[in-house]
Amino acid sequence: MKYLDEYRNPEIARRILDEIHHVTTKPWVIMEICGGQTHSILKNGIDQLLPEQIELVHGPGCPVCVTPLEQIDKALVIAAGEDVIFTSFGDMLRVPGSEKDLLMVKSEGGDVRIVYSPLDAVALARKNPDKKVVFFAVGFETTAPNNAMAVWQAHREGLKNFSILVSHVLVPPAMEALLSSTRNRVQGYLAAGHVCTVMGWEEYIPIAERYKVPIVVTGFEPMDILEGILLTVKQLENGTATVENQYSRIVQREGNRPARDLIGKVFQISDRKWRGIGEIPASGLTLAPKYQEHDAEIVFDVSALKVDEPAECISGEVLQGLKKPFECAAFDTTCTPQTPLGATMVSTEGACSAYYLYDSTSLKKAGLASQETNK
Amino acid sequence: MCLAIPGKVLEVYEENGLKMGRIDYAGTVNTACLAYVPEIELGQYAIVHAGFAISIVDEEEAQKTYEVWEELVKAAAEEGTDIFGMPLDEKEKDPSKRRLP
Amino acid sequence: MKNSNNKPAILETGTDNFGECPLPITGHETVQLAHGSGGKMMNQLIDRLFLWAFDNEKLNQLDDQAVLSIKGGRLAFSTDSFVIDPIFFPGGDIGELAVNGTVNDVSMCGAKPLYLSAGFIIEEGFPLIDLKRIVISMGEAAAKAGVKIVTGDTKVVNKGQCDKVFINTAGIGLLEGDYEISSHNLQPGDNLLVNGSVADHGMAVLSRREGLAFDMPIESDTAALNGLVSQLLQAGGDAIHAMRDPTRGGLAATLNEFAINSNVGIKIAQTRVPLKPEVAGACEILGLDPFYVANEGKLVVAVAEERTQAVLAAMQAHELGADAAIIGKVVAEDNGRVHVQTRIGAWRILDMLVGEQLPRIC
Repeated sequence: MKYLDEYRNPEIARRILDEIHHVTTKPWVIMEICGGQTHSILKNGIDQLLPEQIELVHGPGCPVCVTPLEQIDKALVIAAGEDVIFTSFGDMLRVPGSEKDLLMVKSEGGDVRIVYSPLDAVALARKNPDKKVVFFAVGFETTAPNNAMAVWQAHREGLKNFSILVSHVLVPPAMEALLSSTRNRVQGYLAAGHVCTVMGWEEYIPIAERYKVPIVVTGFEPMDILEGILLTVKQLENGTATVENQYSRIVQREGNRPARDLIGKVFQISDRKWRGIGEIPASGLTLAPKYQEHDAEIVFDVSALKVDEPAECISGEVLQGLKKPFECAAFDTTCTPQTPLGATMVSTEGACSAYYLYDSTSLKKAGLASQETNK
Repeated sequence: MCLAIPGKVLEVYEENGLKMGRIDYAGTVNTACLAYVPEIELGQYAIVHAGFAISIVDEEEAQKTYEVWEELVKAAAEEGTDIFGMPLDEKEKDPSKRRLP
Repeated sequence: MKNSNNKPAILETGTDNFGECPLPITGHETVQLAHGSGGKMMNQLIDRLFLWAFDNEKLNQLDDQAVLSIKGGRLAFSTDSFVIDPIFFPGGDIGELAVNGTVNDVSMCGAKPLYLSAGFIIEEGFPLIDLKRIVISMGEAAAKAGVKIVTGDTKVVNKGQCDKVFINTAGIGLLEGDYEISSHNLQPGDNLLVNGSVADHGMAVLSRREGLAFDMPIESDTAALNGLVSQLLQAGGDAIHAMRDPTRGGLAATLNEFAINSNVGIKIAQTRVPLKPEVAGACEILGLDPFYVANEGKLVVAVAEERTQAVLAAMQAHELGADAAIIGKVVAEDNGRVHVQTRIGAWRILDMLVGEQLPRIC
């Protein structure tokens, strides 16, 4: 595919790797924020080819993973309701709530459907005026314009039977939360290319300055990620801390203006709980007052639901880069993609699931790989 | 997060008052909302996430990046070895036979 | 039936009545879709329930068919049920699939499929014209594969008690040579071949699924493989150690079953696995990994090094094998695991999926 295959070229990947080996003189800890990048790193085995001094830490950039337990439980309550068509992106269906997941609600008779675009959910509302159609609006800034458009469109068409359950989170506040933690180990960031496609990268400039960390806006293909790492290491070695844009074929400094405008109209910034991390001030979105008739929490009266996270799961520390998945006692024992304790094991983007599926070297390093495991 | 892939705009139309398009991904075609890339033209490549084009691929920038990388490859070729210390001319082209150090 | 373990765990626990059966199997108290997806949950269900209850040496082999010695001859016997949505899809329909699927399961041990049964469970109100179309297509598929449908059954259930039509087929075939072709028989040094591009069927069906519809100009690869198998046997003889059609769970499931059942390691070169660009495009759109997407006209063969080129040539000479390729090899390390060398030369583990692969946004 044009604009994908070129960025998977093994020859060029090796040259960039060569360059990374060449410029690295000290140990560095770099976080890729985005779960899509984690997926690509492990799927392509990029981590195995890096110099030993470079440690990649997998960040909290998987919307599926950071959606708090109580939002899932709200989704489960709504989806089990009568006359409800509950729609969601596929990857939310297996995320465990306190007792079950959306697939189980479906098996018990709930009308739970996968959609590709939030506009498909609006179309369902148009087609089924006697049903309440709910869309599970999870995501980072990348998905926010899509979900904003769905609400804006439904509002414009007067589709009162359409609502969204919002679980929107924002990247920069989470980055700051991680950076200001006393336990922070991360020295450089690969910023999430598609988040920046929407939002641009100006908001990262003050973060790079304040915390003296290089931030490189990075794409998702192997060569993008390798180049992002190269640019980050170069900055770290040179002692600079600026924002660079590796993903310049897609990302513009100011992002996507029309998309940002509609996000601003439909949503407002709010505090948000992150699964495994806790509440971060001003780190999420909720619907603006004008659109509250499309807010599923209000329509179905579930906003009072509060749930605590399971104690044994260390997904919070994994998301913060303080621990690797295999350092968790539950990893591959009580917690597997089959019986996930935390969301990082659920989504294939989640660091724990990605390790479980793809990674052999890290397991071997930890002495955990055994041929008898028969995973 | 945020799976988004590049596809070529084959057709532009309006549906329920929104600018929509048919996007070609290596021969497989799907629809996407083009409201956030109002200036997009037929034949251009868009990055599509969950049914929405969120950016137009900047072909000039893509070309620039690629040229830099090609330079890298050339420079390395002159040195005569690859990153695994193997001479380039004897390098195993077949990835299934390639051995990592 | 397929599973992940030679020895059903439950047999080792010494339990002898259902009350002690270790259900719920995965913390679920009811059957989930994932229990039928060809991944780990299905294997656990087979392992801990069916093998436990039916315990016998033939079933415990967990090949796609049972090979039965009867009065000096050897018969292959297999069954499969078809519940696909939509029932008509680009390149085929549920009827054709039901014939080809069982023909293929019988063929994978080297047997010549001869006779099939067909059982229909039909939802009240299902259009007769559609049923006719399906049955005609079954007749045509059987004729093409050279098998006869010799017995059958029809049940109609109330509206809503099944989705349109479900079809079960069983098949028997005759093993003429003394082949020992089994997922337990892979040898280190064997090469692994596939007869063409992967993921065509699964993506063709998904392309018509409500809510996800997209236009992919590739049809399902559904085909009876018995003709191809007989060519391969001629070319490879007893150098062919294992064959399996990678249906549900995709190539990844079959390779893992090979690695586990034969207790060997498997190394695959990602760039060698044939994949049509359009199918790759469709997988990219939905974030699916083609290694896990179903096929209905593909087989993976493990063949000893010395006959590899002959078998490859035989595949490529057949109409169902024009794009055949050697995709990897069997090794005597990392037993029970499948490793894939990625495009950029690194390695990753190719595991089985737990349940269904779901489209993702992230």
